[in-house]
Amino acid sequence: MQKFTKLSGIAAPMPLVNIDTDMIIPKQFLKTIKRSGLGVNLFDEMRYDDDRNEIPDFVLNQPQYRDAQILVAGENFGCGSSREHAPWAIADFGITCVIAPSYADIFYNNCFKNGILPITLPQEQVDVLMKDAEKGSNARIEVDLEAQTITSSDGDVFHFEVDSFKKHCLMNGLDDIGLTLEKADAIAGFETRASAARPWV
Amino acid sequence: MSPKTLYDKIWDAHVAHEAEDGTCLLYIDRHLVHEVTSPQAFEGLRLAGRKVHAPDKTIAVPDHNVPTTLDRANGGMNEESRIQVAALDTNAKDFGIHYYPVSDVRQGIVHIVGPEQGWTLPGMTVVCGDSHTATHGAFGALAHGIGTSEVEHVLATQTLIQKKSKNMKVEITGKLRPGVTAKDITLSVIGATGTAGGNGHVIEYCGEAIRDLSMEGRMTVCNMAIEGGARAGIIAPDDKTFEYCKGRPHAPKGAQWEAAVAYWKTLFTDDGAHFDKIVTLRGEDIAPVVTWGTSPEDVLPITATVPAADSFTGGKVGAAQRSLDYMALTPGTKLTDITIDTVFIGSCTNGRIEDLRAAAAILKGKKKKDGLRAMVVPGSGLVRAQAEEEGLAQIFIDAGFEWRLAGCSMCLAMNPDQLAPGERCAATSNRNFEGRQGRGGRTHLMSPAMAAAAAITGKLTDVREMM
Ligand code: SF4
Repeated sequence: MQKFTKLSGIAAPMPLVNIDTDMIIPKQFLKTIKRSGLGVNLFDEMRYDDDRNEIPDFVLNQPQYRDAQILVAGENFGCGSSREHAPWAIADFGITCVIAPSYADIFYNNCFKNGILPITLPQEQVDVLMKDAEKGSNARIEVDLEAQTITSSDGDVFHFEVDSFKKHCLMNGLDDIGLTLEKADAIAGFETRASAARPWV
Repeated sequence: MSPKTLYDKIWDAHVAHEAEDGTCLLYIDRHLVHEVTSPQAFEGLRLAGRKVHAPDKTIAVPDHNVPTTLDRANGGMNEESRIQVAALDTNAKDFGIHYYPVSDVRQGIVHIVGPEQGWTLPGMTVVCGDSHTATHGAFGALAHGIGTSEVEHVLATQTLIQKKSKNMKVEITGKLRPGVTAKDITLSVIGATGTAGGNGHVIEYCGEAIRDLSMEGRMTVCNMAIEGGARAGIIAPDDKTFEYCKGRPHAPKGAQWEAAVAYWKTLFTDDGAHFDKIVTLRGEDIAPVVTWGTSPEDVLPITATVPAADSFTGGKVGAAQRSLDYMALTPGTKLTDITIDTVFIGSCTNGRIEDLRAAAAILKGKKKKDGLRAMVVPGSGLVRAQAEEEGLAQIFIDAGFEWRLAGCSMCLAMNPDQLAPGERCAATSNRNFEGRQGRGGRTHLMSPAMAAAAAITGKLTDVREMM
């Protein structure tokens, strides 16, 4: 997995609440059997018209945001389906950090498995960073996962919380399955106990 | 011992390992798999040279891509869909997991097939790479959706890395009024709490109105826990649950059955157990509802009018305006004046036999409005067969509905069943997001009985006027 330690980049503002996974990656792009190549279809229905021309008003189509690495959004980001295609598309586009007041559970978990850091901040702080993001290419936002801080282009520093295990895995690009298999004995022990207690399972 | 919630009990019974920071390996009893969220996971196993840890506990069925037209044996899938379904065929075979292919009469939507075949039982942990896995919580199982990386993790280790969620109680007191169904309960709860209201929580649904529901109704309620933001929804098992499970192909038999029931009877929330959040609705206050916007929280009683964006606050003002524009609705319009083009009865929310009975009861001897497209898509091949046996299929056909084969169909438009841009649909599914049923399509969510009523009039309709 891709590591995440520090990032200094342009943030794209998307001041909408409840941005759902159908918006992030519409279902017609779920037919792939690969993980890669979904970036061109990120936010597809907001990004292109019926003739597949770019809609100029959409934030990621604007010149200053084409290389955005951070997304700032409203509450309940990523609600809807469990499709990991959503974080795959986000990462494939080149965005590795999302900042929002809250996330849907499954999406939030999926991000960490794909080298994306989803940062939760109180609404007031997201509002400040949203304003910052609206300045376009003049405003680089800095994210430091080790220190758990975000620094706005004006030098405001915000601290964020992140689960220590998730942080450790993200900073070191660790593969969850490998880590879990180190505990194979604990799993085998559980299976023995469980099949005695609940043999019908 | 301190009192525990139902969720606490199931959780505690499945922790295989706990790290110092509270991160747990939760053991998974049943892993359901479908074709859309699994190919990359199986590919990952192959690349790492890993096997499926517990193929006996892993069940796969294709549903999302599968065409539901009667001629599907002759193809009808586009190339990409065909590849995805073929990949599941191959993966199921190569890794030796239980499989219900498209040609099997038991094939259907994964969340309908699991319970129907007795794979889902009380007290289990159930996961699937699909957010509506919450459905299985109706059995008193801890069931939730996972992403593809987690699918791979469960395939390889039969565990999931988890931290415990908080406990939330949603109590529906008293009795439902006539014409009000499980779908109205679950939508009304989301209307009351918002789509983020359950974030970080597992919801236990309880109260007289929940107890009174059939297993089918309970599945409908739990199915949409995810739309309320919860990690899972759960209902304590009781005699109805045991009755439903008894005799199913993969349910325990004989002495094991007795032992299982004795254990299942311990699965309830102890008096005095702690809930972090409590929401109570009165059953009597719940009306037949529909959604007007593009979020499942945009719920109103059918007797209401379309709201104005500025009747909301904060970020919701912009979202409501966007919804109104997308749905092409004018504030102040009576919901019952909204005309529709399509009716879709089906999905893992409302594709079970009881749902078809409820719709057929309204449609019996009546015809759908001329020019309207209407379809019924049973949730599984066995639901379809039962509906034919009970004469429901004929009622639908006589009313002018298409009678389809099992699959997800127009719930998400990954298959040929889609709305055209601007088309408006009365749907029994669970998501009204922009483009969910097809690009530019407009979805109003409601119960099967309400969708049947709408088919007759061609407008959103209060089903109580037809009863
Ligand atoms: S019926 Fe709809 S919600 Fe249910 S599993 Fe299929 S696509 Fe998902």
